[in-house]
Amino acid sequence: MELLSLSAVELGRLIREGRATAVEAMEAVLDKIEETDETYHCYVTVDKEHALKKAARVQEQIEAGELSGPLAGVPMAVKDNLCTEGVRTTCGSRILENFVPTYSADAVRKLEDAGAVMVGKTNMDEFAMGSTTETSAYGSTRNPRNPEYVPGGSSGGSAAAVAAGECFFALGSDTGGSIRQPASHCGVVGMKPTYGTVSRYGLVAYGSSLDQVGPLCRTVEDCAVILETLASDVPGNTEPVCRDSTLIVRKDTDFTAALKKDVKGMHIGIPIEYISLRDKNNSGTDREVRNAVLKAAELLKANGAVMEEFHLDLVDYAIPAYYTIAAAEASSNLERFDGIKYGYRDRDARELHQMYRQTRSRGFGAEVKRRIMLGSFVLSSGYYEAYYLKALRVKAMIKQAFDRAFTKYDCILGPVAPTTAPKLGKSLTDPIKMYLRDIYTISVNLAGLPAMSIPCGTDGKGLPVGLQLIGDCFQEKKLLQIAYTYERLREGTGK
Amino acid sequence: MEKKITDETIEYVGILAKLALSGEEKKQAERDMSRMLAYIDKLNELDTAGVEPMSHVFPVQNVFREDVVTNGEQTEKILRNAPARKDDMFAVPKTFD
Repeated sequence: MELLSLSAVELGRLIREGRATAVEAMEAVLDKIEETDETYHCYVTVDKEHALKKAARVQEQIEAGELSGPLAGVPMAVKDNLCTEGVRTTCGSRILENFVPTYSADAVRKLEDAGAVMVGKTNMDEFAMGSTTETSAYGSTRNPRNPEYVPGGSSGGSAAAVAAGECFFALGSDTGGSIRQPASHCGVVGMKPTYGTVSRYGLVAYGSSLDQVGPLCRTVEDCAVILETLASDVPGNTEPVCRDSTLIVRKDTDFTAALKKDVKGMHIGIPIEYISLRDKNNSGTDREVRNAVLKAAELLKANGAVMEEFHLDLVDYAIPAYYTIAAAEASSNLERFDGIKYGYRDRDARELHQMYRQTRSRGFGAEVKRRIMLGSFVLSSGYYEAYYLKALRVKAMIKQAFDRAFTKYDCILGPVAPTTAPKLGKSLTDPIKMYLRDIYTISVNLAGLPAMSIPCGTDGKGLPVGLQLIGDCFQEKKLLQIAYTYERLREGTGK
Repeated sequence: MEKKITDETIEYVGILAKLALSGEEKKQAERDMSRMLAYIDKLNELDTAGVEPMSHVFPVQNVFREDVVTNGEQTEKILRNAPARKDDMFAVPKTFD
């Protein structure tokens, strides 16, 4: 039995039935890492001994009947911006090269409580700022579908680890597309839940009003099961909300109930702006991406979905609004990295303020400094109104544009990104060009919506194309049902 | 309509951001910020009069709890991350003469 070809849920079932063990699964993953991670570099930190010990302990608990959930014994990878007690958490930055958290993020703890076993910490763009995983201080990750290409980012290590069989599922975070875009580029499933659905406690903050934790995995079923584990809180228990005041305790977290093969009568809108072909100015979508996405739409339509193209307002304003807001929040959030209590400290400085400046200048990479500078500027007195508040007003208008669309549609369908994965080493020279590639993912974060990426084909180079499904707030179940139906239908066509 | 970011602006923002940029980095920052702000100026095409700035999509409120320690004694674990320590304290370079 080739364990690594299984989904997380399939593996969990085998373990519960006693046909495989958590230790065997972990050994298979560690062997695979041994074999391929030198090439792909999905992980920043792997502690083999600890992972095997943990797997053995979980196996005992399964045999004792203490753990019986669908993820018990399943090896998972965790993005390196989620705190893990006793395990180094770098955020892909030199400034946190020696940081060992004293606690685990709520998202990590919930999965561990459900019996998932952490393999290691995955590579990412520094502080999640980037779309290729190339801004990491620990080297680039390569796309397992073709190592000459990037895996996307910022959760590139997590997406690549799932695609490479170096874990069974992974956690990522999505501030402007950082789960969906790498999932798309690596040909795996990824979801950014409604803002507030998963606790941000222990997630190193980038843009707090936009950040959301979510899964990267092999199947839509895995996605529903992981989300159910992440989002479930006991109503009335105020403790999780005390740790993340933006957490929304939801009652409708039985996401696996949505795994039904049925899209009859569901209204799906395709924004014309998302499928217009790429022009000389590099805006618009590549033909092969567009074709794969429209083919997916046809398949859903043939099975009873009501498909319609429509104009989504304000698409071109999402990126400038996003980068203003995200940079502002980043400049504020990253002030905590001052060399005092943890992380890197510059040893040459002789007085405090010099130490702050030198620590931060040497500890942060170019993209992080660029955003801190921009954020400090748009928040500075005299510019705050014209830039930051203006962006927040546009954000409100973008939210209204989605509200209008969702009076007509159950779901919005389009590509995740305008192109498939770019080649390694081609993206960092022109920041604005890199930002433009976030055009279809970014507005979802501004509006707090749930969205997912599911594989829908490949281009001529064999690189995966991702289909994006966007839902209204709290409508993850609709997305999961459409995604599940599509996945089944696509399997049926043999492609 | 490229906004002119002056040397003084970069100097000032560097102080706000607590970054010590080299001469070359300053020039690069000036170019990057000018381009980015020119791009962000696209937002001015929109009439936002009467639109309330939206900081959060959902209403957020302060969440209060009793000010009691619930995570126990962790001094040693926390100080293990300290770049420099003296007894049970974080050690820092001198703050003033």
